[in-house]
Amino acid sequence: MSADATTNEVLLSVRGVQKIYSTPTGGVEAVRNLTFDLRKGEFACLVGPSGSGKTTLLKCISGLLAPTSGEVVLDGKVVDGPPRNMALVFQEYGRSLYPWLRVADNVEMPLKVARVPKEERKRRVEEALEAVGLAHVPTSYPWQLSGGMQQRVAIARAIAYQPEVLLMDEPFAAVDAQTRADLEDLVRSVWAKLGLTILFVTHDIDESVYLGERVIVLSSSPTVILEDLKVDLPETRDQLETRSDARFVELRHHVYEQIQKAKTYTGDTEAVRTVA
Amino acid sequence: MTTRSIGMRLVYALALPVLIIAVWWVATLNETNPFVPKPGQIVSDFFGSWFGPLLVQQVLPSLYRLGVGLISAIVVGVVLGVVVGSSRVARKLTGPLFEFIRAVPPPVLLPVLLLVIGIDDRSKIFLIFLGCLWPILLNTIDGVRGVDQVLADTTRTYGVTGWQKLRRFVLPASLPRIMTGIRLALPIAIILMVVSEMYAAIDGLGYQIMLFKQIFQIGPMWAGIVIIGLIGIVLAWIFRVIERRVLAWYFGQREVETSER
Repeated sequence: MSADATTNEVLLSVRGVQKIYSTPTGGVEAVRNLTFDLRKGEFACLVGPSGSGKTTLLKCISGLLAPTSGEVVLDGKVVDGPPRNMALVFQEYGRSLYPWLRVADNVEMPLKVARVPKEERKRRVEEALEAVGLAHVPTSYPWQLSGGMQQRVAIARAIAYQPEVLLMDEPFAAVDAQTRADLEDLVRSVWAKLGLTILFVTHDIDESVYLGERVIVLSSSPTVILEDLKVDLPETRDQLETRSDARFVELRHHVYEQIQKAKTYTGDTEAVRTVA
Repeated sequence: MTTRSIGMRLVYALALPVLIIAVWWVATLNETNPFVPKPGQIVSDFFGSWFGPLLVQQVLPSLYRLGVGLISAIVVGVVLGVVVGSSRVARKLTGPLFEFIRAVPPPVLLPVLLLVIGIDDRSKIFLIFLGCLWPILLNTIDGVRGVDQVLADTTRTYGVTGWQKLRRFVLPASLPRIMTGIRLALPIAIILMVVSEMYAAIDGLGYQIMLFKQIFQIGPMWAGIVIIGLIGIVLAWIFRVIERRVLAWYFGQREVETSER
């Protein structure tokens, strides 16, 4: 599947989402008012300064948190709990894999619970591990692997689950630069191959432009959308070619400026409080 | 593991006991007070009076009560611990009550239990159960409450709920703490096993030790005390073997984490 195959059909719709955390000292508004649509097959990056409520937003979208107001609609249904056709990859790979299960069992577990027949389970686990380049370590425990490999396992588990939407919450923030580049290309190839819809949250401007077909720039908390940008780069991305492409540099500059503005953006007169 | 390293471990494990027994043996060589135990005397009394029918008649009932009491404490402690640990309401409801019951030393309940339940096995088993329940229950509650939040979110997003969540996430994740609770319960079980038999009993290790004391069989009495210690060692060893097996992932992960630091 390629970017051309992106249909106009809206798959995920975030409508006026606001999230206020109640704390002993009063409410903290993490997300103010967010509205955007994700079309089927789209690869969108959410980028914003640290503490811009990105994780909060993702938790609202994935049904882990109920928004204070507004709603998230997936495939025509309002999200009120984790939907079956969605998977989430966390930043903390070390804490999102089951340490008592071997690599293949980690990938297989959600499928077992979903009562996928044994033969099909086995095939999907093998294919997913193959797709992330981990076909050789199915019997290792996650903690025996490097950070990058652990995150690959988490991605394999998400792929094997066959979601329509894949949410990724700063998945590569905790791995080294080299591994990070490999994983970025991996996600691009998985997206192109499987025709997933991906919403990728990051604080890294380069990463957002390199990965996305579209970059949504968020403000500091309380979060609003500052800009919704189409990334008109060729579909095949390359760590060296793309990153030195004049258009890439231009887009990067543009997003960078927006983020700088975002840091000083205060919404209204109300003091901005950050929520991690 | 090589034969050599097993040998070295045996040397380390036995060095101190052997030294203590040697000092004890020398110090009591010329002792004439019949109440002071001598190592040689204890060994010969063990074979002389305990070894044989007495071991079956008096030690087996004790081990049976220990086993039933401990296992029922594990079952009830884990089940109750999971329920209380997963529910804030249940924690608030049970908090003060648990603190109260926990503060009561189990042995003082023995006379009451004897009156209410009777002098047979059940009151003794119940005492062991009650004493072992608390460390297991409280550790399970902490274990269930302390599960990793990211892993809990992961489990939820993959639609793992209810019984599946309990079986595949909550129980394995709290197993290290459950095992800690069981380890703390082992010595309590042995203490209560003996204590319960010293009072209104017709058989058991504690009963026999008290009997030997009353008829001035001091050597056999000490041999009985040694048997209690040996039961403790065997129990701890069995526990370690099981723990190494079921928590292999936990020890492996911990080793990796400490070597990275």
